Amino acid sequence: MGIAHEMAKKQREISVAEFFEKNRHVLGFDSLPKSLVVSVKEAVDNSLDACEEARILPDITVQIEQVGKDEYRMIVEDNGPGIVRKNIPLVFGKLLYGSRFHALRQSRGQQGIGISAVVLYGQLSTGKPARIISKIKEEEVAYEVLLTIDTKKNAPKIIKEEPVIWDREQGTRIEVVMRTRYNRGKQSVYEYLQQTAIVNPHAQITLIEPDGRKTVFKRVAEQLPPPVREIKPHPHGIELGEFINLARTTKAYRITSFLTSEFTRVSPKIAEKICSIACVYGDMRPQELSLSEARRILEAFSRVKLMAPPTDCLSPIGETLIKKGLKNVLGALRPGFYAQPITREPKVYGGNPFIVEAGIVYGGDLPKDQQVRILRFANRVPLLYQQGADVITKAISSVDWRRYGLEQRGGQGIPVGPAIILVHVASTRVPFTSEAKEAIAEVPEIREEIELALKSLGRQLRRYQAKKEKKKKLSEKFFIVNKIIPEIARKSAEIVEKPVPSLEPVISKIMNVVWIDEDVKKNGELIEVTVRIANLTAKRQRFTLFADYPLGEYADGDGISEEDYVRWDIDAEPVSYEYRHFKLKNAEGYKETNYYIDGINPNYVIGAEPLPGDWHIKLDFVEEEVSQDGE
Amino acid sequence: MGSEEALKKLYEIAEEIYAQLERGDIPHMKLAARHKGNIVFDPRTGVWKYGDSRITRSAKKLDGGYMILRTLYIMEFIKDMIRTKKSSTLREMYYISEGWDMAKFHSQDESNKLAEDLEVITGFMREDFKLRPEEDGASVIGNITVEEINRKGKPMRINCRDDVGDSGYLIPYNVENDKLKFVDVDADFVIGIETGGMFDRLVENGFDEKARAVLVHIKGQPARSTRRLLKRMNEELGLPVVIFTDGDPWSFRIFASIAYGAIKTAHISEYLATPTAEFVGITASDILNYDLPTDKLNDRDIAALKAELKDPRFNTPFWNEEIRLMLDIKKKAEQQALAKYGLDYVTDTYLPEKLTELGVMK
Repeated sequence: MGIAHEMAKKQREISVAEFFEKNRHVLGFDSLPKSLVVSVKEAVDNSLDACEEARILPDITVQIEQVGKDEYRMIVEDNGPGIVRKNIPLVFGKLLYGSRFHALRQSRGQQGIGISAVVLYGQLSTGKPARIISKIKEEEVAYEVLLTIDTKKNAPKIIKEEPVIWDREQGTRIEVVMRTRYNRGKQSVYEYLQQTAIVNPHAQITLIEPDGRKTVFKRVAEQLPPPVREIKPHPHGIELGEFINLARTTKAYRITSFLTSEFTRVSPKIAEKICSIACVYGDMRPQELSLSEARRILEAFSRVKLMAPPTDCLSPIGETLIKKGLKNVLGALRPGFYAQPITREPKVYGGNPFIVEAGIVYGGDLPKDQQVRILRFANRVPLLYQQGADVITKAISSVDWRRYGLEQRGGQGIPVGPAIILVHVASTRVPFTSEAKEAIAEVPEIREEIELALKSLGRQLRRYQAKKEKKKKLSEKFFIVNKIIPEIARKSAEIVEKPVPSLEPVISKIMNVVWIDEDVKKNGELIEVTVRIANLTAKRQRFTLFADYPLGEYADGDGISEEDYVRWDIDAEPVSYEYRHFKLKNAEGYKETNYYIDGINPNYVIGAEPLPGDWHIKLDFVEEEVSQDGE
Repeated sequence: MGSEEALKKLYEIAEEIYAQLERGDIPHMKLAARHKGNIVFDPRTGVWKYGDSRITRSAKKLDGGYMILRTLYIMEFIKDMIRTKKSSTLREMYYISEGWDMAKFHSQDESNKLAEDLEVITGFMREDFKLRPEEDGASVIGNITVEEINRKGKPMRINCRDDVGDSGYLIPYNVENDKLKFVDVDADFVIGIETGGMFDRLVENGFDEKARAVLVHIKGQPARSTRRLLKRMNEELGLPVVIFTDGDPWSFRIFASIAYGAIKTAHISEYLATPTAEFVGITASDILNYDLPTDKLNDRDIAALKAELKDPRFNTPFWNEEIRLMLDIKKKAEQQALAKYGLDYVTDTYLPEKLTELGVMK
């Protein structure tokens, strides 16, 4: 039985305050620093969910102010749809208000205890009320509400409520003062928001820390994730308690129609079969089901053959956006390599559809002598606690990373090396290890999917390293054909008193590659990049070159500037050198650009990777947007 | 052979490189492999020479590319020297290469090695290219009279016992017949001595007169001119040559290069090696028989001894036994260790005993 039901039951008997005190650890308020992270998480998750539901690109500001020793004010403000006046007290002042607890869909909310628990925590730890301001588009003014929770009745107690002028179209702001402690680093508000930004590249998130430091995680994707569909439960994924609840609340008059209308993948024929296996009269009213009858039906569920649940209700982040998010947030670490992230096909465990996504970044300024950093996500929510208990950690530990170029003692355990591994599990029901919802439970189907995704990333990592090795080897040859051979030709021609022979055949014989590298110059505010394309083959080469610069903005150049990369069509004569240029601004700390090529056999190319498969999809999408704007 | 022919040969190399480029081939040169796996005994001359194994130095690799480029530069340099009737030392060539842009040598080892490579490729000696080594200070003391053409072109007669000071007659870099002739000798054998200290001891003790010996200070690994002079004294004057060195693996190699030919210069072994030369000591047996003060072999010594067991030049019963014995006792000794028994012991006892054993002294 879920915590919601447990809590709902208990509320009748004991006060919510008492309940809260007894269940602090379950709710996540078990240490001072963690209380703040959990509070921010509740507020930010609410904001993100609300914005997405209203199809608004989220713009969220989180501010933490110190008001006393171990006392801080948390302020979270969003540009969401706002909350209608009469609902404000209920949303913030009543535990377990809201619809999402029963909803079977991929949402952040299913992981939280609710924002009202944050209000309650603030109230219990400091005695201070929460302050909420919210404005909806249709109203001229916002409403400001000061409230506490009546812990005996589990009902909001409004201290003050008045209309205020708020210079924004819409949005919600919540302020809660609580006993907590602020830190940076591991398991902090900063880390939580940083990771949230990685998997929500469509959101702009600003953090203002107690010392006034301001960090903006910029929006890098202009499209919202597609809306998530709610689905009915699949018989293989239902628990007894839920089943009884559904039977009590259904509008169906008969068991058979209850089964076909409240569950997915149950046809009338199958419903009858279930009833006959369970020895239950198909025409009886669902509300009258006894516990043993309900049990028999559940038992019968597992004995009929059912189609897997639909999986189109899931909304993965997508390979392109994961890469963008990683780049945006981790760019300062200047990793040398971003593997193309993997989004696996949707799969099903116990009647619940799920999807696994994973990415890896490698090299650069990442520490070489420490365990790799693991970023875990469930339904786009970062998981900061209980790393060791998580199926993601277990899957990472069971892959032999030594063959992919990371250190790992004995071929198991968390590998050591300059890498960050990201894994996202999205599902209509993420199986957590406990009610604290801090780690994903070990489910064989999920574990297998994670391992497959990781291995695919590992192979990319190995290819990257092999290619780097190859480039190092070839750079000696490059020097030979660029310097030594021309000099030998010049000198020998001088001695035998003949014209300098043409060197193309020799050079292409030694190299037989298209060599791409860059020369970087800093010119005031600008980073000037010269790309050299050396066609050292015996053939004319025509292909498209992409410069996916790691940071900064395009300022000038001779290519076609797209959203965040530059593109050129290259036509290079045999054994010739072509040069292309681009300039970047705001590119402080620039290290190197990743180059991609298309339309040429990548085995011939040194210094650029084949274009990832989904670039075209993204290109089409961008072009579509532009043409719509033009109309 | 002369400089003009040598230059012509170099020109042919440049022509070949040019032709390769014109054909679209990667420039390359072929030359004998210069390692111990490619030296073979030549029964006709009694020395070790390069075998048939050849390696290709190609501009596909950095080393080969540099070598070909430097060869072209050296050619020009030699052409100039022949025109102006000059010659240069190997060290001077190393400094002159400073002006060769990226073809310049990074160490003198590189330039010395290339000079040897050119000898191997062309079959000419570096003297033909107007390149010469520095004087290395090896010297001779003994009752032998030579006639050297001095730098004014005049012959000068020198008796290496009466006309020289304590340091002896310094061996010039060119000891060929056109520069140095033997006039007269009154001695029974030639003894090459590795260290200066022992050379001085033998001089001070008057060993040259007492034993009717020509003393040659070979100064460690002997220069080509020293080895050539030893060979000429052996061949032209009929004097037996014996070599007296420290008792360690490195000294064994000094002897091998004199008697059998050096691996690095196996292309000219027949000019330099004295196949009848004999090793006096210090041997591993001497260490035991004379109960000499010793040092322990270090790891490099042991590796060198083991390498010598695989070196075809040391594949004789004598060397097999001595090398294995040294590996057994794990000890080495210096020549001067004989001073344990007094300053005269080496000239009064050790050498007479050993040389009698070899049949050189009666």
